[in-house]
Amino acid sequence: MEYKISNRLRLTAIILMVVGLLGVVYSFTTSHVTFDEVEKMLSEESHHGGAEDHGAETHQVEATSHDEHASKDAHGDTHGVSHEVVDEHTKHVNHVMHAMHNRPWSAFYVAAFFFMMISLGVLAFYALQYVSQSGWSPLLLRVMEGITAYLLPGALIVVLIAVASGTGWLGGHYNIFVWMDPDVVAHDKLIQGKTGWLNIGGFLVRGLIFIGGWSLYRYFSRKFSIAQDKANDNKNFKKTFRISAAFLVFFIYTESMMSWDWIMSVDPHWFSTLFGWYVFAGMMVCGVTVIAFITMYLKGKGLLPQVNDSHLHDLAKFMFAFSIFWTYLWFSQFMLIWYSNIPEEVTYFVTRIQDYNLPFFGMLAMNFIFPLLLLMNSDYKRVPWFIVMAGIVILAGHYIDVFNMIMPATVGDQWAIGIPEIASLLFFAGLFIFIVFTALTKAPLTPKRNPFIKESENFHY
Amino acid sequence: METSKVIHAIYNDDDVLMAAVKTVKAKRHHIEEIYTPFPVHGLDKAMGLAPTRIAIASFMYGCVGLIVATVMMNFIMIEDWPQNIGGKPSFSYLENMPAFVPIMFELTVFFAAHLMVITFYLRSRMWPFKKAENPDPRTTDDHFLMEIPVHGNEKELHDLLSETGAVEINVVDNTH
Repeated sequence: MEYKISNRLRLTAIILMVVGLLGVVYSFTTSHVTFDEVEKMLSEESHHGGAEDHGAETHQVEATSHDEHASKDAHGDTHGVSHEVVDEHTKHVNHVMHAMHNRPWSAFYVAAFFFMMISLGVLAFYALQYVSQSGWSPLLLRVMEGITAYLLPGALIVVLIAVASGTGWLGGHYNIFVWMDPDVVAHDKLIQGKTGWLNIGGFLVRGLIFIGGWSLYRYFSRKFSIAQDKANDNKNFKKTFRISAAFLVFFIYTESMMSWDWIMSVDPHWFSTLFGWYVFAGMMVCGVTVIAFITMYLKGKGLLPQVNDSHLHDLAKFMFAFSIFWTYLWFSQFMLIWYSNIPEEVTYFVTRIQDYNLPFFGMLAMNFIFPLLLLMNSDYKRVPWFIVMAGIVILAGHYIDVFNMIMPATVGDQWAIGIPEIASLLFFAGLFIFIVFTALTKAPLTPKRNPFIKESENFHY
Repeated sequence: METSKVIHAIYNDDDVLMAAVKTVKAKRHHIEEIYTPFPVHGLDKAMGLAPTRIAIASFMYGCVGLIVATVMMNFIMIEDWPQNIGGKPSFSYLENMPAFVPIMFELTVFFAAHLMVITFYLRSRMWPFKKAENPDPRTTDDHFLMEIPVHGNEKELHDLLSETGAVEINVVDNTH
């Protein structure tokens, strides 16, 4: 079935992008608060709070909670005062000021990463369908191919934002990754020990290798998939099978390294061994949810007539199972660190629990309890509006998950969900919709000569 | 309703059996029981059996398990003797909860699984030393048997069943 993007959808995507971009520009232009403004804001805050020891309290929390603060303050003092004589107050004001400068950068980065991770998760899911020779999914392969079209631009944008924020290029001032700031590295023995991995050249080269590998797979699998429509044999399918197997090996290595580079290194003093898996579980559940959404949308327009509620049921099962898998990894990471309580590891969760209490535990309810109770019943998994309801909560929950991974390291307790965050989300949502639905128009929505297409058409659970 | 006689139609192919079930149901005859050597996909639907509720039972058992684990550990670790063990906070259940989650999870699964299996045994009346209710030993190997109660319509049923491809039709006295 040929799909043509409706004008209304295209217009919605463009409006989202324009509104989002305006908000992003606004948040960048208004984030440049000066030292005096921050000082005034903080003194007002302590007045309103009424507590005399408020200032002292925050200093204490800072000193104990985050050893990174010291290193950030080092580049926070742009006033030419030498580091030793900077008193506590100046340090604090500088710290808050820098956090406020970071906010639009981080909000933009979080949204960019969130949408990139959806299409990367779908790409891995797509490869899995070929490698496992799934009989249920071939009807959905074109939907997946449409979603993965976002990967190349989306991932390039993520790397671009990261590098721009860390090189002073495009007005960045080391806003996301502190290890990109030579001044911080000079004062930080721990980061100095990691410069073999954490350096901008390496970051960029690795990023381009990851993106290159993923995009090559996406390019060739798409090419073979379309060629298979007109072929007389199954040669193209076999080729996709082989490159999918190779891609999955490549993917699991690069995905893991990508999560160290693009996410974990915002906290360069912290490390966790199952972090790659954790990020992976999040991207899979988001990816499957978006597949379900777009499938339901297209089916609602009558463009995927052969997709039945058993296909939806399977997608909902994957949403359910990956949600639980994600929770399992979240909890394993949290509980191991909480239990052993080693200072250099536990600061990660201390800042999150103190400063991000609601988002940190709220996302657990959204990503675990909600899908657990909603999608457990087999009948509910066939009802589109139930899947939509669960899916919206899951996607919002995983946005907050990425938010919780990035923000505490960059803006600390100065976080909020306001114009910078929402505008960035709108912008990337518009871009995502635009690219994905444009890609969906490029090929028929039902693959024709896939060896498993017959089974998929008759799929019944 | 209890009749003294039942008719046993024996088939040797599950597809033939399925077709036969549909024919018999279409003629509005009550099928007492079907014996098969293995699960025949869709047979329950064709017979019009009510769906099982064992998953719902299992969910409730799981909830019971979760409550048991929580109440037990809250009493032991927090209320009865809140010791300081390796610096873990034992002031409230919530504060020390991560340490309890593995047990909460396992007991939930344990209760859900075991009580569901026991429910299954009770509902399907299975236990050791139970006398097997098997009208024909071949049904555990390669034959399928459909049992229909006879209400004086023996001839009609016999004709209908032989049309459906039964390899053997016996009228027997109802023993159970």
